[in-house]
Amino acid sequence: MQNILDKTAIVGIGQTEFSKFSGRSELQLAAEAAKAAIDDAGLKPSDIEGMVTFTLDTNDELALQRCLGIPELRYVARGPFGGAAASATVHLAATAVASGAAKAVLIYRAFNERSGKRFGQPMVDQSGYGGFGSGPDFHVTFGLDTPAKIYALWYAHYMHRYGVTSEDLGRYSVVARANAATNPRAWFYQKPITLEDHQNSRWIVEPVLRLLDCCQESDGGVAIVVTSLDRARDLKQPPVRVAAATQSHQIGGNIMWDYYRGAKVQYREAQSTARQMFASAGITKDDIDVALIYENFTPIILMALEAHGFCGPGEAKDFIKDGHIALNGSIPVNTHGGLIGEAYIHGVNNILEGVRQIRGTAANQVKDARHVLVSASRSSMILGRA
Amino acid sequence: MKDEDFFWEGIKEDRLLFQKCSDCGTLRQPPGPMCPSCQSLHWAPHAASGRGKVVTWIVSAHPTRRDAPPPRTVVLVDLEEGVSLISNLQGIDPKDVYEGLEVEVFYQDFNGLKLHQFRPVQKGSV
Ligand SMILES: [Zn+2]
Repeated sequence: MQNILDKTAIVGIGQTEFSKFSGRSELQLAAEAAKAAIDDAGLKPSDIEGMVTFTLDTNDELALQRCLGIPELRYVARGPFGGAAASATVHLAATAVASGAAKAVLIYRAFNERSGKRFGQPMVDQSGYGGFGSGPDFHVTFGLDTPAKIYALWYAHYMHRYGVTSEDLGRYSVVARANAATNPRAWFYQKPITLEDHQNSRWIVEPVLRLLDCCQESDGGVAIVVTSLDRARDLKQPPVRVAAATQSHQIGGNIMWDYYRGAKVQYREAQSTARQMFASAGITKDDIDVALIYENFTPIILMALEAHGFCGPGEAKDFIKDGHIALNGSIPVNTHGGLIGEAYIHGVNNILEGVRQIRGTAANQVKDARHVLVSASRSSMILGRA
Repeated sequence: MKDEDFFWEGIKEDRLLFQKCSDCGTLRQPPGPMCPSCQSLHWAPHAASGRGKVVTWIVSAHPTRRDAPPPRTVVLVDLEEGVSLISNLQGIDPKDVYEGLEVEVFYQDFNGLKLHQFRPVQKGSV
């Protein structure tokens, strides 16, 4: 596969504070983050020709365009589904830049996901129980009414197959919270946990997920500017090259109810994105210095480590136990604290951390980081130096 | 009209129906308008035996809703016909459930809504 995306670069990042109550509209969060990203790049709003966000984002492109005073947009696209699209934003933006559809593309994701509509609350409307809603369906009606339960059903299969315990999961949470504790942007800054804290936290879905296995619910906005690598060299920040970016959506999958595609103990989408990206970037997993992995819940970290070949099938629990994913380990994971420790900005905050690691400005900087993986499992990218 | 309407009509009559492609015979679940194997639009409902094996399970207990029944065991069942289905498992403590447990369908009314449920296959039943 010819790689044309590596002629593109991330040149600006911006964010609001991450909180549990922003006290302002989602559009304002988007506008603040976008302005900060454009300023960071040393560009003007009028340089932006394209916009990319999630299908789930509530902020209309034209409303944000008006806030920023962008005269004309020539390219607008939205990545599919929810958090799995986090890295698809850069894939779409880089594709637009590489093709010439837009010279500079603004990516944004902003929401009041804690003080407004909370993703973690039960979905009642689609349930047939109690007579409200639109009748039965194949999942919610049987009790799969929160993301925690929906995902726990297939995580449970993985855990049974490989004998993964709650403590094994907790060891990731301890790493995430340790990284967040030294990252001033993180909600859980200066609040590390012990494995005992994890084991004492209440069950959310017994016997799979405890409270400290779950990502946060957060308010906040983040934004990113993508342009060509040539132009990036003249801008304010050291360019962060999009070394590879791709997506994988496999037959039988579904946004969350991913029960009909077989091989439930493997993450086939992540296996495919890894294979595609290593081939197009001409590198291997050994070249990855930092792995930023979308973690709605802890088990996905184990499955993603295996899918990328950092360890073999069923080995992730011991890989973590042996210290490989810690800051001083062989492959530091979620150096900012991830969605558990930093904030849940739907995984796009992970991309900002990737940019900081390559720039050398991360709170928990990995020395000489040259290649950073930013995996949302169904969409993924590798960031590198120019 | 929804592609799965036939399924819930079947449940009302204590029948577990799946779409069977009229051209290549492939069964499919969840329902859809076209056969993923041969792209045929022709299908007929096929009544499944209702027997299968547990693949994975969780207990759905938290957060509870004001209208929700007591904690339910949610299971993914692989039916002997080769299709998978989400349901609830009754008649066994969740701690005793294991992958491969043989189960069979039954039907239960919840406040006027009939749903398919599963239970462990009784010894001696066919
Ligand atoms: Zn067919």
